[in-house]
Amino acid sequence: MENYDLVIVGGGPAGLAAALSARADGISDILILERDDRLGGILNQCIHNGFGLHTFNQELTGPEYAARFISQVIDQKIDYRLNTMVMDISHDRTVTAMNPTDGLFMVKAKAVVLAMGCRERSRGALNIPGFRPAGIYTAGCAQRLVNMEGEMPGRKVVILGSGDIGLIMARRMTLEGAKVEVVAELMPYSGGLKRNIVQCLDDFGIPLKLSHTVVSIEGKKRVEAVTIAEVGADRKPIAGTEERYECDTLLLSCGLIPENELSKDCGVELSRITNGPVVNDSLETSVAGIFACGNVLHVHDLVDFVSTEAKNAGHYAAEFIRHGETSYNTIDIRCDGRVRYTVPQTVRPEAMEDTITVRFRVADVYKGASIVVRAAGRELVRRRKQIMAPGEMEQVVLKKSDLGDADSIEIGLEEA
Amino acid sequence: MERNLTCIGCPMGCALTVTIENGEVKSVTGNTCKRGEDYGRKEVTSPTRIVTSTVAVEGGRDAVVSVKTASDIPKARIGDIVKALGTVKVKSPVHIGDVIIKNVCDTGVDIIATRED
Repeated sequence: MENYDLVIVGGGPAGLAAALSARADGISDILILERDDRLGGILNQCIHNGFGLHTFNQELTGPEYAARFISQVIDQKIDYRLNTMVMDISHDRTVTAMNPTDGLFMVKAKAVVLAMGCRERSRGALNIPGFRPAGIYTAGCAQRLVNMEGEMPGRKVVILGSGDIGLIMARRMTLEGAKVEVVAELMPYSGGLKRNIVQCLDDFGIPLKLSHTVVSIEGKKRVEAVTIAEVGADRKPIAGTEERYECDTLLLSCGLIPENELSKDCGVELSRITNGPVVNDSLETSVAGIFACGNVLHVHDLVDFVSTEAKNAGHYAAEFIRHGETSYNTIDIRCDGRVRYTVPQTVRPEAMEDTITVRFRVADVYKGASIVVRAAGRELVRRRKQIMAPGEMEQVVLKKSDLGDADSIEIGLEEA
Repeated sequence: MERNLTCIGCPMGCALTVTIENGEVKSVTGNTCKRGEDYGRKEVTSPTRIVTSTVAVEGGRDAVVSVKTASDIPKARIGDIVKALGTVKVKSPVHIGDVIIKNVCDTGVDIIATRED
């Protein structure tokens, strides 16, 4: 059995930033375990620009953003192993992994950072009726084929779901000569960022049909046509609104799910809303010494926010390595339902930093509502927002000095 | 002529209507703030974009290497630039920042690599 102070599971943006932050905090003994054949994670296939506006004040592409972190990890001589699949993380922070060089190996860590990212919701999870021909891809799978492997998945495309990767791929496939017929979105609002709708759909005249879904897929060997229909408020198709599109490809961009099989097996408590671990203000999960950051914790809109969060996780993991397990009173942050969830879900009023950022998403589109935070009957924050939507992550800052002896914090939305 | 746009200045996403007469912007309506008007004017007079794509690479780790225009180019030239990229094949090794095409399509802008191949 090998020993490391810190083992980081995942070498994408979250894992890299967590490693660099722990190193900056004086932890020398760090190991990153990465499943792919290179560091950088999904950023390597995100060749579009728009990354790094917050972190570097520059608009970078995904691979460029990743390279800035990778070169620092190499300069800092932080250990990493590629092609390495983590099989198990135990409650006492023993990490079991395997790769073609070392075979099966175990590492005992003083602290672990979970940075495994997320997966795309697949056709199987969506219950789309019809045959099961070739030509149905998740948007991210198509992105990898086009941007890394130089292969076009198809020529005539329908996209279901208006998540950012789907919008980005609508543009990408169009530039590569494909005809993107339509993007259908089940909800009455888009799941993607506005700028992507403008730059990826409007620029190319690709229609976005809100409140629409796929009702049938034709073709036995290869997709031949897809029929979409409008849905009512109950999200059920409305008879008579069907439109048939001849196409050879259906891309799915229907949401991302944090990849937490390892966390679950380890006994880490997961949130039913985020599908990620429940964490306190130090991003520590319910298992002592195991921290989480990035898309494995909750799905982010911007990699810049992943980097910031991961930097905190690396810092708190370093603190844990130095001081070991501590025990503080923990209070819950309760959501009113219009605020769907927060990360972190709990805070330790005595141990928390002077200020912490609480990130959250709202359940619907709200115009002119105010974000209101209360604790111990006092109003701590009231901020009016012109508009809030589920596709855009929101945040509030909590001050330690405001919490006093509160036994919970309530966050919600109120009219005006 | 009227153009309907979605403002990308902030998450509001105002639905803008820009009225153009003889190639001149007469009015921008539907915006909530000044930024909407500015975006509307620029977008109908001289819209620009960064183009990101890939070019084939020989002997590299992947079949293609990612590239971008080093700065923004007129939106109308996107098609020409992508066409030009389709004819290029570079040899490994390629490093981030390497110039792949100088002054692509006479835009005065270079195509540079964005990934180590």
